[in-house]
Amino acid sequence: MTEVKMKSLRDAYGQALADLGAENENIVVLDADLSGSTRTSIFAARFPERFFNMGVAEQDMVSTAAGLAAAGKIPFASTFAVFASGRAWDQVRQSVCMGKMNVKIVASHGGITVGEDGPTHQALEDIALMRVMPNITVIVPADAHETAAAVRRAAQLSGPFYIRTARDKFPVLLREDVEFTPGKAARLREGTDVAIIACGIMVSKALEAAEVLSNEGVSAAVVNMSSIKPIDVEMIVSMARETGAIVTAEEHSIIGGLGSAVAEEVSETEPVPVIRVGMRAAVGSSGAPEELLNLFGMNTEAVVEAARKAIGMKKEPAATQAKTVMTG
Amino acid sequence: MMNDIDKLKEISRNLRKDILRMLHAAGSGHTGGSLSAIDMLTALYFSRMRHSPTPGASGPRDRFILSKGHGAPALYAVLAQSGYFDKKHLMTLRKVKSILSGHPYSPSTPGVEVCTGSLGQGLSISNGIAMALKLNKSDERVFCMMGDGETQEGQVWEAAMTAAHYKLDNVTAFLDNNGLQIDGVVKDVMGIEPIGDKWRAFGWEVYEIDGHDFGQILDAVDKAGRTKGKPSLIWAHTVKGKGVSFMENKVAFHGKAPSREELDLAMAELDAA
Ligand SMILES: Cc1ncc(C[n+]2csc(CCOP(=O)(O)OP(=O)(O)O)c2C)c(N)n1
Ligand SMILES: [Mg+2]
Repeated sequence: MTEVKMKSLRDAYGQALADLGAENENIVVLDADLSGSTRTSIFAARFPERFFNMGVAEQDMVSTAAGLAAAGKIPFASTFAVFASGRAWDQVRQSVCMGKMNVKIVASHGGITVGEDGPTHQALEDIALMRVMPNITVIVPADAHETAAAVRRAAQLSGPFYIRTARDKFPVLLREDVEFTPGKAARLREGTDVAIIACGIMVSKALEAAEVLSNEGVSAAVVNMSSIKPIDVEMIVSMARETGAIVTAEEHSIIGGLGSAVAEEVSETEPVPVIRVGMRAAVGSSGAPEELLNLFGMNTEAVVEAARKAIGMKKEPAATQAKTVMTG
Repeated sequence: MMNDIDKLKEISRNLRKDILRMLHAAGSGHTGGSLSAIDMLTALYFSRMRHSPTPGASGPRDRFILSKGHGAPALYAVLAQSGYFDKKHLMTLRKVKSILSGHPYSPSTPGVEVCTGSLGQGLSISNGIAMALKLNKSDERVFCMMGDGETQEGQVWEAAMTAAHYKLDNVTAFLDNNGLQIDGVVKDVMGIEPIGDKWRAFGWEVYEIDGHDFGQILDAVDKAGRTKGKPSLIWAHTVKGKGVSFMENKVAFHGKAPSREELDLAMAELDAA
């Protein structure tokens, strides 16, 4: 295998944002005393007059962003994912989403790969919290290139966005010129026995899992479902039809995130087994990112295991079933 | 010819009637806080704010944000009177498919800038608009209306810091200090005093007025407009339920619409006023 390049999603965000700032005077940026961590500091250094540090005040930051949007600006507001989605939930709901304000929330430090900072700082609920909002587009990019593409697209499209980046570096999976369209998933690998639908860091784990499965003679498709909302229903349905078994994989609670979103669509359209890989424990722990992914079952082995289980749950075709009954 | 103040008094007397009629028709809603704020809204919309109901109209546009969103009937009354929508809509308040939601909901109501109702967010929004106006080198101004109970929300104080930090002298906030909230007297529920000292300590210029005296309201708005380098708070002493004797200072009329009899009595009082 060729050596995997690692690249930071937040770096990609910071750079894309600064580039956008040079192209469009209407881009303004807000941060809540984490500009170094979220990488809005790159924009801040280049366009100080269009950068607003709001201090440690996420609720104020989000509503202020709504005001900037009401007056025609395109505000990007950043902080850690726990604070953006949790601390300012009501502000995102009322100030931003209900009025369809053109506010882009780009939250860094999503998921368990926050690592050493521990449970209080690991956002494992943010996708659920944001996905339920009205009028919002929720994106969990798979790598640095997709992050840049999503940020650019968000700036072009009107309305609220939530984009989740990460503290850790992720493997580069996609081409530098990858395009991002809300509601469009991408097939990264074809397969017939099971479909692994993943987002964020788990897309790279899904690809590894597909490789492992292929060595066992199992053909697994891999889908990058970076657009959590709107979700690509068509892709989900065709995966269910083509493979008859689905695994979802995300760096998030199994409650309310990508797995839930996929299961919701599958159960209403093309019911097949859906096994969710994600956070099953109540809370995380301090530790190194890779160590935590292993400890809490968000790794390649967990995806492989889930694929085997999903395939095992497939209903036998009706004809075979009837025969079994007769002979039995 | 009527002078400005007599004209405003006449308008607000009629808007009070609109407020009571729409609330009676709705059968629910916030009477007390709409009546305590209506004189200030009247002064803004019919004397001081530069605005037009025509979408995309040229010329400066000052903004108003009703942070205490439950005062929506007062906002709807001034918007209808200003021509943002037909007055006939007022009688559809809070009804299915009406353009007038129980609390301000911008997607459906012309003239409503943002959604409010969950208290404490409007001052932050006003600041954001003010920051954008400053970036645009515009002299347009932003006015915000807060309730006194509302200032128990922590976000209000985050926003108070922000407005001073960014020297948002294009922000003028009104504090509708009627002394009451839902569970009783503000001072008993959760004291907010000393009001003037607090806001001054947060870096604001404070103008203390009688919020039902048009001369004082207009004067304060003008002074706030001349205040440079910091935001202004117009600390308005008001009476909840103002203008209807049996509603004045009554906690019970915070979130209660007038019955048929109460409406008739109120109309008679306002006609005689
Ligand atoms: C965040 C939030 N919490 C609670 C409420 C319910 N509520 C509506 S009005 C109100 C009291 C507001 O008192 P005040 O700001 O003094 O309003 P006024 O007296 O002007 O009507 C409360 C608690 C709300 N709308 N928003
Ligand atoms: Mg009050």
